Amino acid sequence: MGKIRTPYLLLLPGFGFLFTFFILPIVNLAQTSTQTPVGGGDTGQYEQTFRFQNYIDAFVENKEQFGRSFVYAIIATLLALAISYPLAYAIAFKSGKYKNFFLVLVVAPFFTSFLLRTVAWKQILGEEGFVVPTLRTIGIISDSTTLTSTAFAVVMGMTYNFLPFMTLPLYASIDRIDPRTLEASGDLYANGFTTFRKVTLPLSMPGVVAGTLLTFIPAAGDYVNAAILGSPNTKMIGNVIESRYFKIVDYPTAAALSFTLMAAILILVTIYIRKAGTEELV
Amino acid sequence: MSKKIADATAPRISPVVKFQRWFGRNLIRVYMFLAFTYLFIPVAYTFAFSFNDSGKSNLVWKGFTLDNWKNPCGAPEVCNALANSIKIGFLATLFSTILGTMIAFAIGRHNFKGRSTSNLLIFLPMATPEIVLGASLLSLFLVFKINPGFWPTVIAHVMFCISFVVVTVKARIASLDPRLEQAAMDLYANEIQTFRRVTLPLVAPGIAGAALLAFSLSFDDFIITNFNSGTVITFPKFVYTAAARGIPAQANVIGSGMFFLALAIVIAGQILNRRKAR
Repeated sequence: MGKIRTPYLLLLPGFGFLFTFFILPIVNLAQTSTQTPVGGGDTGQYEQTFRFQNYIDAFVENKEQFGRSFVYAIIATLLALAISYPLAYAIAFKSGKYKNFFLVLVVAPFFTSFLLRTVAWKQILGEEGFVVPTLRTIGIISDSTTLTSTAFAVVMGMTYNFLPFMTLPLYASIDRIDPRTLEASGDLYANGFTTFRKVTLPLSMPGVVAGTLLTFIPAAGDYVNAAILGSPNTKMIGNVIESRYFKIVDYPTAAALSFTLMAAILILVTIYIRKAGTEELV
Repeated sequence: MSKKIADATAPRISPVVKFQRWFGRNLIRVYMFLAFTYLFIPVAYTFAFSFNDSGKSNLVWKGFTLDNWKNPCGAPEVCNALANSIKIGFLATLFSTILGTMIAFAIGRHNFKGRSTSNLLIFLPMATPEIVLGASLLSLFLVFKINPGFWPTVIAHVMFCISFVVVTVKARIASLDPRLEQAAMDLYANEIQTFRRVTLPLVAPGIAGAALLAFSLSFDDFIITNFNSGTVITFPKFVYTAAARGIPAQANVIGSGMFFLALAIVIAGQILNRRKAR
């Protein structure tokens, strides 16, 4: 009898906590999203009127920021994949006894607060940094071109900040590949490229899927990079939700936007996992 | 005879092959060097500018000084923020590690009805964008007329750390050899003794790793904290608000200090593991 109850007793405190502070808030957020301002009330006072039009209004008003969030997040995810894959491959197959050392190096930058590093990028790419004057002297960019407050800086910052979320799962799945499968492929007269396309890549797919999801989800909801490295023209949906909450005290719109963001991410992720599960993505 | 063949064939292929191999090997080295440079540029920048004799705004290099390192609390708001972050991080780590480890044992060690639902409930907070977690929790606090502040932040951190603790500890439990526990039982240890003397010590490194992960997640969190902390300033929040007018060099000292401290902990852990393995 006691044996049957043990797992439930172990789960009870943790799941009680998650229910109260994760499920309940999400349900509450859903309720908030259809509220409207109390007539004649103070700012920040809302009542439930089940106004689903809130969603359409919120989306139409901010479709630009929505689009930007997803475009930036997708570009940052692809860049992170392009940078991380060779790195994870090199650590798994080419670094011999220094494997652990390089793995620590991948994670190490993230011990310095991520905000400090983002601000550091702002200053490195800024007017007083060393990159802009150098590029101007060589003539790669014109005197009026800046690097900060641009979409380039925001996407670069996101790529940088979420890189280990891509590298670590990639490493985990590439490291599990038996090197003999690669030799076998070579023995069967496949060249390097064919071996990569037909053996290495398919075997590392779980890592690619996990890495892209772990990068894409936080990137789509991020607003810190856009706030520090961007300009009003690079605002993402996260920036809108933040300012709706704190500056405008418009909780229903913020809630509707949060829900739309979550739904959009869930739909994209589901489609992606389905595709990645079959051969189509390879 | 065989030497002759080798001599005859070697000059014909070897320059190409040799070059290809050399290039292949060094291309990867060059690539790794570039990738790690990219990763470490902002860290090096933060470290270098922690020695800047800058006064209030740490934007331009004005000269080398050790003053910031000698007196990291020279900008008092930096130290205040750091103290808050450490307090919140410690409490969040304590609670999330306890709750998460219990869940990990339930899921990793027992087969029960609702196991896959439990796994889903653990996965969901990790798949939800931080801004949704932060915003939804804040709106719950507002409904119950709880003001955002220190404890709401601790609650928020425990909430998002639990899943990471569960995943880390569960992985450790899954890698245990069940025969070790069977051996303990064979030697007449009862269930509690087996757990205390065999299972728990074996899972302990996983729990320690989970606690470290929880602390670093909590310490570095900005988005969820920003929603639920009200007037309490944490270290990332301080950096965010100070970013506009320039961050005091003392913040760079703390960022670099954390970097070296964490690096030391990781290296010490690795050495310890290696010694144990011997």
